[in-house]
Amino acid sequence: MSTRLSNRAKGEMKLGWLLSAPAVIILLAVTGYPILQAVYYSFFNYRLTDPDNRFVNWGHNYLVILTDPLWWQTIWVTLLLTVVTVAVELVLGFALALVMLNALKSVRPWVRTAILIPYGIITVVAAFSWKYAFDLGTGFVGTWLSMPGFDWFGDFWSSFLVICAAEIWKTTPFISLLLLSGLAQIPGDMLEAATVDGATWWQRMSKVIIPNMKAAIMVALLFRTLDAFRVFDSVFVMTAGAQDTATVSFLTYNQSIGQLQLGMGSALSVLLFLSVALICLIFIKIFKVDLAQARGE
Amino acid sequence: MKHTARTRGRWRTVMAAAVLFGLVGASGCAADAATPTLTWYINPDNGGQASIAADCTAEADGAYRISTSLLPNDAPGQREQLVRRLASEDSSIDIMSLDPVYVAEMANAEYLAPVPEDYIAEFTDGVIPSSVESSTRQDELVATPFWANTQLLWYRKSVAKAAGLDMSKPVTWDQIIDAAAQEDKRVGVQGIRAESLTVWLNAMIESAGGSIVTNPDSDGAAEVELGIDTEAGEKAAAIMAKIGETGVGGPQLSNLDENAAMLEFQSDDGGFMVNWPFIYAATKASVDDGVLEESLLEDIGWTFYPRVDEAEESSPPLGGINLGVGAFSEHQDLAYRAVDCIRQPERQSAYFLSDGNAPSNLAAFDDPEVQKEFPAAEVIAESLKRSAARPLTPYYNEVTGGIQKSWHPPGSVDPERTPASSQRFILEILRGERLL
Repeated sequence: MSTRLSNRAKGEMKLGWLLSAPAVIILLAVTGYPILQAVYYSFFNYRLTDPDNRFVNWGHNYLVILTDPLWWQTIWVTLLLTVVTVAVELVLGFALALVMLNALKSVRPWVRTAILIPYGIITVVAAFSWKYAFDLGTGFVGTWLSMPGFDWFGDFWSSFLVICAAEIWKTTPFISLLLLSGLAQIPGDMLEAATVDGATWWQRMSKVIIPNMKAAIMVALLFRTLDAFRVFDSVFVMTAGAQDTATVSFLTYNQSIGQLQLGMGSALSVLLFLSVALICLIFIKIFKVDLAQARGE
Repeated sequence: MKHTARTRGRWRTVMAAAVLFGLVGASGCAADAATPTLTWYINPDNGGQASIAADCTAEADGAYRISTSLLPNDAPGQREQLVRRLASEDSSIDIMSLDPVYVAEMANAEYLAPVPEDYIAEFTDGVIPSSVESSTRQDELVATPFWANTQLLWYRKSVAKAAGLDMSKPVTWDQIIDAAAQEDKRVGVQGIRAESLTVWLNAMIESAGGSIVTNPDSDGAAEVELGIDTEAGEKAAAIMAKIGETGVGGPQLSNLDENAAMLEFQSDDGGFMVNWPFIYAATKASVDDGVLEESLLEDIGWTFYPRVDEAEESSPPLGGINLGVGAFSEHQDLAYRAVDCIRQPERQSAYFLSDGNAPSNLAAFDDPEVQKEFPAAEVIAESLKRSAARPLTPYYNEVTGGIQKSWHPPGSVDPERTPASSQRFILEILRGERLL
């Protein structure tokens, strides 16, 4: 009996591999090659428009990056932006998920559509809208807040606030969608039982709902943290890195595309890749995020 | 079996249609196929370059056709797209509209086809010197001057009069800052962290008798020598600091670009402003549309870029477009014939009239229509003769990036510290020891 099951399991596993093999091969080809090339270039002093001065400088690029205050400053800005936006998005997204779940059936499609609209807008377009709303020349927010002469992009904290607001507005719907799927998976009878037992709203929330959707919350957090850590568009459009608002992605873009320093830019890309991999590892190993469980398996 | 036959039948129909379309297409294109098409990558404008392309195609009488392809809006975006294509040896790039600051970089990377001997005299005679200089790399003409641009000092006549400033004589930065402060008005500059900040700083350093890069022809990035930490650099820093300290730059100083400066100048706060010649046409258009009052246009005056030293003539900024021929083009000879057609002085006059972009060839200013349409034409022509290009080094991007980082925001510039720290920072970037 056990041998037969084991054979079946083996067969299923083989079939699984066969079915996923084409996708895995294509993914490796389109992501593995550029990653390996970036690692290779990162050991060169290589400027695209100065091919005569290309030479191997081994780890020099990494040494320069890791000893440059600009790298640590961009790391700090990126981490701060990640923590602030993800925390606010989680709270807001949870509230919106509850609204979407509990809205009257007749208005539910409208509520869901309205909440998801920001997520459907291209990030660059959203960033421009926010820029124009706060810009001293075209903006109206200053007038609303009775501070018409205030230059929002004139110092770090106000620029940072606008960038965070734009990011939160844009991506909260995504997190609320992920949380909604978690909410929808909680069995109704479990909640009913809690209600019958006399649990208050807060007790149902903290003892039943949140523990049961831990996996969904962790996956939402992981996806958004990875996204937020790579933030680029909003910074590029709103401040172009001015007022010390440059993030790691912006610094990498500036080095590779702006300066055409392919060597240094590749080294930055590799470090960005490692940072993202580290975030994944922390979530999966330390917070024990089970990606399969979030899919309801 | 039936199914297979039907499938085969469908295939036959598709194949027949493909062959038929192929034949029709080939016969339709037969006449055009013999005429090589030159692709001209142009910066966005009001359609003037496309119309020049059409004129030259007609004039070529079947020798070539020019089709235009639009580049991104800003100069760094244009450079990025061209470099990416040229690095992969794109043969579709025949002619390029290049911002002068990127000519040296393109030439150094061997992306530009050399200008044939026969054309050199024609391309440079009667052309403003700074425009020729910006088309030259290591004493060799590598691009062709097309149109040129310069900044003027725009002022509100009422403000200058109230402050007792005689605008018929050359004025200095100190004078206009003091006059604006006295009248509680603004001095419009480009304080945004962008290329325009380098344009402003370069003009002040050149006006003070210095240069940001002192050896533009050097070969390696590490060999570049800078002239920022000099007396000229300190004078430029002192002007920036004064604009910040006195508040004449306004609250938006650190985000002020050309357009924002114009809007501020047109408002009741407007006093003085350094800016490109589009100001007059743009203000006139707003007046015609009823957005601005007629009296504003009458109150606007213009003169040469402000001086740094009272006794030294100023060196206004140089902008514009030079034409380059792609090194990987399959029709380099024809491309140069086309460039020769595009750059004719009468076409430059027409382009000035249609798009407001000033000619690089001085003869083009003599056109009576130009003189009638552009009241500032005479001052623009003279300003162009005095203008100084930004550093013509292949490493311009590092230099301007370093400037934009170390001189921004203008209000925080310290004449004693900024020039030295900026020079050190840019040299470290050039040596690959710092990030930008």
